[in-house]
Amino acid sequence: MSILDSKIPEGPLETKWEDYKSHMKLVNPANKRKLEIIVVGTGLAGGAAAATLAELGYKVKTFCYQDSARRAHSIAAQGGINAAKNYKNDGDSVYRLFYDTIKGGDFRAREANVYRLAEVSANIIDQCVAQGVPFAREYGGLLDNRSFGGAQVSRTFYARGQTGQQLLLGAYSAMKRQVGLGNIEEYNRHEMLEVVKIDGKARGIIARNMVTGELERHFGHAVVLATGGYGNVFFLSTNAMGCNVTAAWKAHKSGAFFGNPCYTQIHPTCIPVSGDYQSKLTLMSESLRNDGRVWVPKSQVDCKKRPQDISEDDRDYYLERKYPSFGNLAPRDIASRAAKEACDDGRGVGESGLAVYLDFSDAIKRLGQATVQARYGNLFDMYHHITGENPYETPMRIYPAVHYTMGGLWVDYNLMTTVPGLYAAGECNFSDHGANRLGASALMQGLADGYYVLPYTIGNYLADEIFTKAIPTDHEEFEAAENKVRERIEKLLAVKGNQTVDDFHKKLGRIMWDYCGMARTAEGLDKAIVMVRELREEFWKDVRVTGQNNEMNPDLEKALRVADFIELGELMILDARNRNESCGGHFRTEFQDEGEAKRNDEKYAYVAAWEHNGVDEQPTMHKEELKYENIKLQTRSYK
Amino acid sequence: MKFQLKIWRQANASVAGKMVDYTIDGVNPDMSFLEMIDVLNEELIRKNDTPVAFDHDCREGICGMCSMYINGRAHGPQKATTTCQLMMRHFTDGETIYVEPFRAKAFPIIKDLVVDRSSFDRIQDVGGFVSVNTGQVKDANNLPVEKEKADMAMDAASCIGCGACVAACKNASAMLFVSAKVSQYALLPQGQPERKIRVQKMVAQMDAEGFGGCTNTGACEAECPKEISISNIARMNREYFSAGLLQD
Amino acid sequence: MNWFIKAFTSTLGRKLVMSLTGLFLIAFLLVHAAGNLQLFHNDEGMSFNMYTVFMTGNPIIKTISYLLYATFVVHFLQSVIITIQNRKSRPQGYVKNVANANSKWSSRNMGILGTVILVFLVTHMVNFWAQYHWSEIPKKTYYTITFDGDEIHTAMKDTVQNIYTREQSMQMQNPTYENKVTDIKVHRVKDLYKTVEIAFKDEWLVILYLFGMLALSFHLLHGFQSAWQTLGVNHRKYVPIIKTVGWLYSTIIPALFAAMPLYFYFK
Ligand SMILES: Cc1cc2nc3c(=O)[nH]c(=O)nc-3n(C[C@H](O)[C@H](O)[C@H](O)COP(=O)(O)OP(=O)(O)OC[C@H]3O[C@@H](n4cnc5c(N)ncnc54)[C@H](O)[C@@H]3O)c2cc1C
Ligand code: HEM
Ligand code: FES
Repeated sequence: MSILDSKIPEGPLETKWEDYKSHMKLVNPANKRKLEIIVVGTGLAGGAAAATLAELGYKVKTFCYQDSARRAHSIAAQGGINAAKNYKNDGDSVYRLFYDTIKGGDFRAREANVYRLAEVSANIIDQCVAQGVPFAREYGGLLDNRSFGGAQVSRTFYARGQTGQQLLLGAYSAMKRQVGLGNIEEYNRHEMLEVVKIDGKARGIIARNMVTGELERHFGHAVVLATGGYGNVFFLSTNAMGCNVTAAWKAHKSGAFFGNPCYTQIHPTCIPVSGDYQSKLTLMSESLRNDGRVWVPKSQVDCKKRPQDISEDDRDYYLERKYPSFGNLAPRDIASRAAKEACDDGRGVGESGLAVYLDFSDAIKRLGQATVQARYGNLFDMYHHITGENPYETPMRIYPAVHYTMGGLWVDYNLMTTVPGLYAAGECNFSDHGANRLGASALMQGLADGYYVLPYTIGNYLADEIFTKAIPTDHEEFEAAENKVRERIEKLLAVKGNQTVDDFHKKLGRIMWDYCGMARTAEGLDKAIVMVRELREEFWKDVRVTGQNNEMNPDLEKALRVADFIELGELMILDARNRNESCGGHFRTEFQDEGEAKRNDEKYAYVAAWEHNGVDEQPTMHKEELKYENIKLQTRSYK
Repeated sequence: MKFQLKIWRQANASVAGKMVDYTIDGVNPDMSFLEMIDVLNEELIRKNDTPVAFDHDCREGICGMCSMYINGRAHGPQKATTTCQLMMRHFTDGETIYVEPFRAKAFPIIKDLVVDRSSFDRIQDVGGFVSVNTGQVKDANNLPVEKEKADMAMDAASCIGCGACVAACKNASAMLFVSAKVSQYALLPQGQPERKIRVQKMVAQMDAEGFGGCTNTGACEAECPKEISISNIARMNREYFSAGLLQD
Repeated sequence: MNWFIKAFTSTLGRKLVMSLTGLFLIAFLLVHAAGNLQLFHNDEGMSFNMYTVFMTGNPIIKTISYLLYATFVVHFLQSVIITIQNRKSRPQGYVKNVANANSKWSSRNMGILGTVILVFLVTHMVNFWAQYHWSEIPKKTYYTITFDGDEIHTAMKDTVQNIYTREQSMQMQNPTYENKVTDIKVHRVKDLYKTVEIAFKDEWLVILYLFGMLALSFHLLHGFQSAWQTLGVNHRKYVPIIKTVGWLYSTIIPALFAAMPLYFYFK
């Protein structure tokens, strides 16, 4: 029996959550006011949680590294948010959304969590509309939906190409109201650098004030981490520059297990890298694949020709060829891998040879430029803007890029990590997407966690904490945690080496992308683990961090993050090496059926939850077996 | 490409700042402006100088964090573009480029090009929301909204809160920002119950933060990376006057 | 009362006051321009001087004129406060600022334009209004003869006399002849026309006037449409109309005013 207890309630899948809510412990309003909760992160998950907890009467403190809560990276989501509303009467249901999510995740997610997610998805839309989120509407005044990411029903709600922005501003507005009412205290430009544990329970954090450099101690009866994903471990990704693993990693080092760290989603339609100065990659909405056709030249010799000069016969529409029924709409992991294969085959296009064409000329012929413009105008403009090329005339060049991390802090049904009182919500936990996330499901998960799950489950925990008085921050554990942070900062500043933080970050990214990216091999991973360890040593010997701690110091901020990314990279590689199968975003070249991922349900239908034993020690892997009681495991086929 | 850069350097709020000259060479036209600054910073670090501090995050033109005043324009010379989306190919080789922070009394400088825009947050604290608790609501489709109104609300709501409107306005006025929020809610049925009180509180807070008034020069609209229209300001004025005049 | 205080303390309230006073001044200027067209009558200032009498005598017009003075004062004071406040909102300016890339010059310099208008106004008032009201200016006599039921206005005593003598002699020759002159009125009024005529022989004053009108034109090129935007009148159907009317107004009215000094200077 594993030491992991996922605390999934008994009873049939359909009633687990209802039963849980009816039987959970409650905190009376007078006591709520005495209970303090720290919420780190103000994205969809953190913002929604902070607002709702404050509405319930708890005293909430929020933290984010940006200058305003409204800038969390959730803001960048373009496509939409799923919800099982069945407004289109096309046969959608909670069960169908649940099933699609499990299947999309290649049967590596926990049934009960996913079912709950599908269940509350409908409430999210109601809540957002009530807040004034301007979702797209039809002429009749009702909400519009579209089909997204190859789903067979239209269940995606959207607000132009700015769904994430609008949802986040909705959550932010709810937060603002609570700030105005004095129920939330905001700490913006604050970076959490340590969890404080007292008697085994999470009781606070150490945060660095990024304006003054001061290390601050904050107490909470419970701590929620909603700090987003760690895609930036690859250096280049569609994440924001500041996205980091630091908060989650500190939690991990303080005893929270890390679940499935190697599960990474690579998004197939991003603007390709154009040079080594490049700082980030820009996502082009997946919806482009509804009308665009993906191809590369059949022969390597044609690669440097202008696309117009390559005849129809010399083009390889490889997605249509390999997956006749889904064609260009094949799921993300599959489409990404196919692009990589084409490029590895030497048939990539563009200067770097690391791009494939996404061609709209047929769509323009069929629908007319006006229609294409109406559908994708803003995306075409964005592409034009960045690349200087006009996609109405010449095909877009796209390439896959790191986009989302399914892995994250291991949490139970309550979203509690293995550290009591420490919760993780949104992208920073590992919970709902298994080995691959479906489009428009991350927004859903973040808001579900924040609005509808955490506020209940945290109450269940805090009901036993009502006699715990606020612990003064001069407690020795706060002292110790702060010292730990200070020492790390001082150590970094003292290295005074020759390479910049970005030098290291780029090196790390290179290793991760080459060996732990779209396709992984045992051999490569074995090599990579050595490389990352060496990189870590080199980092602590040769990094140069300018400036001081007691000032605004972006260089130092980045150094602290990269130091954690390097440690995380090691764990990701170990996890990828351990999982001798291919599933979802994790593709091990050794395990395939003519290019298709080959799962091994017998041996790997489990969550790998890693326990930290010290930086130079081998971590311990704990297994949470995934039990499928309601659905049958199948091979994912999109042929 | 090669450029002369004149960048505002200021160690912190309590010391004076000044323009400092830098030369940068080997700039690729496909670089974004921020990537060019990244390259400069790498050079500075290698020389053991302090890199230029600037705000940025998403680098996709949506988070509103980046905020430079480039060559005398908020977010630089390109229309409807944030600094992070501004490409170097829009500059001419050899050009001298001025880089300054957004300037306003209500946006005090923190360091170099980084300013404190928390005044925007505080304006929103007093009324930029619909007072509805999680879970209190009815089915979304029970509240039909005229498509045209919804679209106009969306136009207003697409504000990214970057503060370019303030930076570009000769009065450092925040009217465009505030009016975009006021408009979004005034246009939607959800916003009606708090319609009057919202506009009054938000305007009062805007004034208290030290933003200037509006002279209707239209600079904000012209420089807004999201092209928010000043018709929102007209709407806010209407809302404000009618709330004031019709008040009991 | 609360809203009344706000009207003079909040940024939006202040703007409302600017807009309403500005629009009132616009309405006044239209009337003022129409009235002053009398200057162009080639009748030794009779139409003009008579019009002046009417304007200063009528009690309703008197009341409106007090309102007008108040409007000027409020518009001016409020503009001073607004301009100071707006300046304070950016204590430290930009080293490089390319404002004409995003806004029109006139919109950014309403205070300067207003100041020029103010200087102009003061001179204008001292020259004409104060003269008219407070100092002795020469008077002039005009006559109205009722001839055969028609009224004939003239400034020429000779004409009056000639007609009258002719009628009298006709009557002498023929006793049945009815004297067609049934009435002669004599008006003695201040000759503001003369004052104007003399004043505008001074090229410096003419230049000041031209300058003032140029400033007014630019002030209104922005101000006219701005006032409606301030009031919240912004509709995609009506904005183009407002802009066109505003443009016509801001060019035609100042042009008319500018024509007056030029007319007298070259006359
Ligand atoms: C370009 C892009 C497009 C996407 N499009 C879609 C889409 O169409 N549909 C969909 O469903 N999903 C989409 N996703 C995924 C989805 O947007 C994210 O997974 C989701 O928004 C994450 O929300 P979050 O609340 O977990 O984290 P975030 O929104 O990333 O918020 C993280 C928060 O944590 C704070 N934080 C982080 N570290 C620290 C620290 N150390 N100290 C203090 N604060 C910290 C940050 O300041 C921030 O407030 C997209 C993602 C990207 C990158
Ligand atoms: C005494 C001389 C004057 C001064 C000092 C003055 C000053 C100003 C200033 C500074 C503004 C801009 C206020 C702002 O920043 O929003 C303004 C606006 C305006 N002024 Fe004047 N002005 C004067 C005379 C006039 C006259 C004679 C007219 C009309 C005939 C006029 C019509 C307007 C109008 C219509 C506006 C626009 C109001 C708005 O934007 O809402 N002004 N004035
Ligand atoms: S960095 Fe996000 S808008 Fe520029």
